[in-house]
Parts: sequence; C-alpha cells; structure tokens
Amino acid sequence: MSIKSLLIRAFLAGGTASCVIFAAVALPGEAHVTIDNFSFKLPVLTIHAGTTVSWENDDDIAHTVVATDGTFRSAALDTEDKFSFTFDKPGTFDYFCSLHPRMQGQIVVTP
Amino acid sequence: MAEDEKDGVNRRGVLECMLWAGTGVLWTVSGGVPRSSMLGISEANAAASGFTFLQISDSHIGFKQAANPNVLATLDEAIVKIGALPQKPAFMIHTGDITHLSKPAEFDDAAQAIGKAKLETFYVPGEHDIIDEQQGQAYLERYGKRMQAKGTGWYSFDQNGVHFVGLVNVANLKGGGMGSLGAEQLAWLADDLKGKSASTPVVLFAHIPLWTVSAEWGWGTEDSAQALGLVKRFGSVTVLNGHIHQVMQKVEGAVTFHTARSTAFPQPAPGTAPSPGPMKVPDDKLRSVLGIASVVVKSGTQPLAITDTALGAA
Repeated sequence: MSIKSLLIRAFLAGGTASCVIFAAVALPGEAHVTIDNFSFKLPVLTIHAGTTVSWENDDDIAHTVVATDGTFRSAALDTEDKFSFTFDKPGTFDYFCSLHPRMQGQIVVTP
Repeated sequence: MAEDEKDGVNRRGVLECMLWAGTGVLWTVSGGVPRSSMLGISEANAAASGFTFLQISDSHIGFKQAANPNVLATLDEAIVKIGALPQKPAFMIHTGDITHLSKPAEFDDAAQAIGKAKLETFYVPGEHDIIDEQQGQAYLERYGKRMQAKGTGWYSFDQNGVHFVGLVNVANLKGGGMGSLGAEQLAWLADDLKGKSASTPVVLFAHIPLWTVSAEWGWGTEDSAQALGLVKRFGSVTVLNGHIHQVMQKVEGAVTFHTARSTAFPQPAPGTAPSPGPMKVPDDKLRSVLGIASVVVKSGTQPLAITDTALGAA
C-alpha cells in the first residue's frame, strides 16, 4: 500500500470520526432549535459554553421558552418569531413553554 | 342528558343545556335558589322566572394563521348573534384567551368588539392573556382591577342568588405540568365559600378545564381536586371552562362541567391528532365548529336538554 493511500485512509478515518462527533455536539458559536407541533424539535441539545442558542417558532400557535431555574425567558413567540440566549457558563438548563408546559427541553452546556 | 333525573330537588336537573353551533354559550338559570321551587311546589317556566347569562371563550384576537385568518370577524359575528337573541342575557362571561399574544392592540380590539354586545362582561385570563412583558399585568390592569381581583386575577360575585367564582389556572405553570390554581388561590376559595348555604348554586369559571380532558395535551388542572372538594357540599355546581376549543360535558354527582367552543378556531379532539394545535377545516365549515350553547335551568322536575344550532351550515 502506498503512503498516499495510507494517508488518504487515515484522513478519511479521522474525518469520519470528526463528523460523527460534530453531529452530536454543536460547534461553538451558534445552535438552533426549531419549535413545531407543540414540541422543541431538539429536546436535548449539548453545546459548549459561549454558544448562542436560537429558538424559532415554526408552529402555527404561539409558544415561549422559559428556563425552569429562571435563567432565561423569551417574550411571546408568534409564528416565525425567534429568541436567542448565550450560554456562558457550563451546566444543565431545563426549559419549557409557559403556555403549554408539557413542552419541555434541555440545554446541556459543556465547558 | 340526565334523562333519569326526575327529582326536582336534585341539582343535576337544575341545568338544561341547549347547544347551538355558534360562537358562545348561553346558560339560563331558572328559579335560582327560591326554596319554594326546590321543594317542587311549582314548576317555574325558565323564561319567565330565570335569568340568562352567556359564555364566550378563546377569541384569540391577534391570531392570523390558516385555521382562521380573521378571528375578529368571527368574534363580531358571535356578538351579532348575541344581539339577536330573543331574551337579552343579564351578562356575559369570557373564559379566557381573549387575545393571542397579550398585545395592547389585541386587548383593545377585543374590548371594542365585545363591547358592542352592551353586556356587562366578566373575564378570567387564558395563558395567551398573560404573556406581556410583565407577565399578567396588562390583563390585571384591564380586567382584574375592576373586580378587585386578587393574586393573578381571581374574584367572585353574586347574581340573582347564584354565586360566581372566577378562577385563574394559567399562571405560574411548572414545566411538564398542566393548569394550576396554587395554594394561595385555593385558600382564598375556601374562605370565599365559607358560610355560604349549600343550596346556593355555584358557578366556577376558569380557562383550563378543571377536570382532566387529556393529560398528554395538558388539558387539565393539577390541583383541581382541592377546588372541587371545596364545592362538594353544594347542591348545584357548574364548572365553565374554555381552552380546548370544543364542547365537552361531564356530570359528576351535583357538578356539571362544560367547556365552550372558541369564537376563533377549533382544535382536535384528544387522541385524534398528533398535537392540540389550531385545526384547519374547509372555509365553508368554519362557522359550524364555532358554537353557541344554551343551558336552561328549570326548577321542578325538568331534565337537562341540549339543543344544537349551527351558526353556519355543517
């Protein structure tokens, strides 16, 4: 096997592994959660500290995004409205929709 | 309904429910509490001896999605229908979600439309009415203050011998839960009912149903059992709710539960759709799923009767 093919195989293996990691943990910077059909489409989202999470309401009814511990609270989000919050500190943040409290989600912030 | 209730003293027979598909609920209380009627001395005619009041609900002013792009128009139609009633109701109750997003313009538009009925109107907030920046102050300013409401907007009043209690079960909700009354309100309710004769008809009205219509959809109230326990001793209890945008009724002992249709848009029956969102129906069917229900109380031995009349053709 040539060095070139070895390098290609190593690159592909590493690249594939990286892709798998990035699918589970969002890149630092931005993350998005869609709200639709009375649910937060990413019920559990893991991010690095410093990431800004944006929720967008794609449902045909209004929703809110409210942290259980009071860390954040959106305004009333009509269809197509957005809310963003930057998570500076690590931790686990449970949140729900104060209009429809059965809708729940969680943001896990890693250092 | 309640065909078996022939005993005039039984409070289940006190309410006769007539349903028309339209946009509000009309209840008639006939006979109130006069002891003579309760003893069955004479059977009063509902129209002659009772008073009527109306329930409308879930006007959602500000909503503009496909299920109904013009909710103000259908609210206007409901008010016109109210004006055309042969007997003018004594007052009206709105069981909440007056607005869609608690915006000042939405409150204004709703007030203007409802004002055309020229009826004193009593409100309780829905969850859509307390999502202003101050989380409920806008509602209290407009509707709580005038009733000297406590807490998040609860209060009571008496009319023709019937005791009405407006409850708020949409505030301070917890993630994963349903509606909630809270300890403070329940303590107030206990105090409010103290000393009232058990023969006083009681009407509780709140936005979210006070029984569990669907736990999965959050259509219920976590601590309603405590409230219902407080009214258990009364001979006639009526619970009026909204929130689910469809008619549901339940009778449990002396308690009659009733949810009203919305004047804005329908929602699916539990278990018939993946989520409880606004339900789009063909345009020519919309008015058939927005409804008026009339409940007639007759003293004596008359059972409940339900009459459906469509606002528009089905």
